[in-house]
Amino acid sequence: MRIHTKKGVALIAALATMALVGSAGLSACSKSDGGGDGGKTELNALFMKQAGYSEEQINSMIEAFEADNPDIKINAQYVAFEALHDKIVTAAPAGTLDIVLIDVIWPAEFATKGIVLDVTDRYPDSWAEDMLGGAYHTAEFEGKMWGVPWGPSTKYFYYNQEMVEAVGATAADLDTWDGVLAVAQKIKDAGLVQYPLAWSLKQEEASVCDYGQILGSFGGQFTDADGNLAVNQGAGIQAVEWLKATIDDGLSNPGSLVFLEDDVHKTMAQGEAAFALNWEDSFDGLQDAESSNVVGKIGLLPTPKGPGGDRPGINGAMALSIGTGSKHVEEAWKFIEYVTGPGEQNKYPTGWLPNWKASYTDEAITSLAPELFAAAPEALATLILRPTVVNYQAASDALQAQLQAALSGAKPIQEAMDAAVAAAAAE
Amino acid sequence: MLLPAAIVVFGVIVYPIVRTGVTSVENVTSVMEPNAEFVGLSNYAKVGKNPAFWSSMNRTLYFTVVSTAIELVLGLALAGLLNARIRGRWLLRTIVVIPWAVPTVVSGALWKGIFNPQFGSLNAILTQLGLISEDKIWLGSPLLAMNMVIVADVWKTVPVVAFMLLAGLTSIPQETYEAARIDGAGAIRTLRSITLPLLVPSISIVMIYRIIEAFKVFDVIYIMTGGGPADGTKTIALYTYYTAIRDQRYGVGSALAYMIVTAIAILSALYLRALRRSEMSLL
Repeated sequence: MRIHTKKGVALIAALATMALVGSAGLSACSKSDGGGDGGKTELNALFMKQAGYSEEQINSMIEAFEADNPDIKINAQYVAFEALHDKIVTAAPAGTLDIVLIDVIWPAEFATKGIVLDVTDRYPDSWAEDMLGGAYHTAEFEGKMWGVPWGPSTKYFYYNQEMVEAVGATAADLDTWDGVLAVAQKIKDAGLVQYPLAWSLKQEEASVCDYGQILGSFGGQFTDADGNLAVNQGAGIQAVEWLKATIDDGLSNPGSLVFLEDDVHKTMAQGEAAFALNWEDSFDGLQDAESSNVVGKIGLLPTPKGPGGDRPGINGAMALSIGTGSKHVEEAWKFIEYVTGPGEQNKYPTGWLPNWKASYTDEAITSLAPELFAAAPEALATLILRPTVVNYQAASDALQAQLQAALSGAKPIQEAMDAAVAAAAAE
Repeated sequence: MLLPAAIVVFGVIVYPIVRTGVTSVENVTSVMEPNAEFVGLSNYAKVGKNPAFWSSMNRTLYFTVVSTAIELVLGLALAGLLNARIRGRWLLRTIVVIPWAVPTVVSGALWKGIFNPQFGSLNAILTQLGLISEDKIWLGSPLLAMNMVIVADVWKTVPVVAFMLLAGLTSIPQETYEAARIDGAGAIRTLRSITLPLLVPSISIVMIYRIIEAFKVFDVIYIMTGGGPADGTKTIALYTYYTAIRDQRYGVGSALAYMIVTAIAILSALYLRALRRSEMSLL
């Protein structure tokens, strides 16, 4: 098809303009009628496919909600955590997502850039009192709330009881990282497993979480008093040295550099690791005989203490937020309130523990996940926070890359961490 | 009849190109605020001054040169094999095309599984053959990971290279070979003096096509390594994605995109020229 005349070009341009305007009009129409299905309001919700509540658990919550609210229908989508942030961002201009699951590290960015709604005024006063501190501040930025927490979350210390007992040790020996390494050495020497420790240190957010937990145990913080990344000194360096030494000594699985939490979970499930840090939901999975060889052999503790006696877990809580472009804010809030409330949360503590203080003393609830509830009070007592800054992603990207450079031996540790700090400052 | 074509051309091609161009001279740091302050060419300057940009360019260059070279050599060998007059040639040709038919996302996940240090089949095979004594972390150090990604790319792409070269091979008249045989030329001499010279147009087309594709590589790396370890596989396309989408620096990201487009436009011009000179020309 060739265009020979100027007229032809002008015609195409005119038609294209009409087509664009027309299609914009059409899409506006289809949006405002809110979807069919007998006058039901349809909400699009984005969740993640790993850690925390399982897809099954969330689907059960949705079913319960829809049964109680027959005029609302929830369309749930699930993506990997690694894709969650980018999907929320790219969907934001179209306003297609009413409800999004956000990580504790994103409120600053999403609030500043107008991606999720401020819901401060919708918070009942009682929540500040009834919710655990570790959960309550999850979606907070500059004194405002940008979502509702879906449970406090941190990485717990998982251990293979059978291996620990085989070398004559007990859970009490695992109270400190020094103790853990001593037992790990015995397990390695006894030939029970080649690499006793497994970490999720792939160049993703997971590596910042594992590093953060070690950083905290050395008494460190991610940022200095001015809020700038300061991992190139003191505890920041010691934590990397410590991690690298465990790899060099053959105590940590060198594959950790390509592992995410799911790989760590599988390694543990295959009985190929004695110790690992992982989120709450891993425990339940390790008890599933279909995918685990270590059913009934796994113990769970708060993260071990460092040399200074500190043991903060990384704050890994997440929250449900309302997309700025949502046309159904009231219904979205109704859903969020429903699934973050004690009614639904108390049913599924194996995914995430409940937000609500009262749940932790109710035997009917704690008996659903006794190991988690036993470790939780101490694990959640102190948490280490990742920087709450608008450009967190850029800082985290720099830190992830340089952590890997240091741990793989591609760069000297000090040089790598200096580079991370410099790159984060340059953004 | 023109309407669908016009919608496609303007809505899907022209508008995004213009829009990205506009964004590249603005300071856009949020997906929700497209109308931002005009900053001239400072985004381009920022890109040029950032060492991370240059190291990702170097990695892209490495990936492009190494993968294209290997694919050409293997592709040529495979094309010769597919051109041989053997029984069941149709079956061979069908099987060979399979890797190319697999979506890159799937083949990326497949290779990621093969290279998994704990459960991957590569370590299992090498251990059983006694070639390695402990598991190798194939995607665990920067250069090794890049080479492994190249392996995955080569596996997937050799078939298409082979088929493009096969088209060139089949167009070489049999009489030429017969004449060479009568003159007493051996296999190597025939390859050097007949096959390769007559294949030059096909080879140059395939080469430029592959360079363009390799330069844009994204999906296989995103799936296998996400740009890690230690940024070792972060090519220019991934670098642009992380800058624009993950860090929400759309101005700088758009400037990056324009720089990639410029480079690809130059390569494409070369490609079209090569096409026009050859008998495969459609223009």
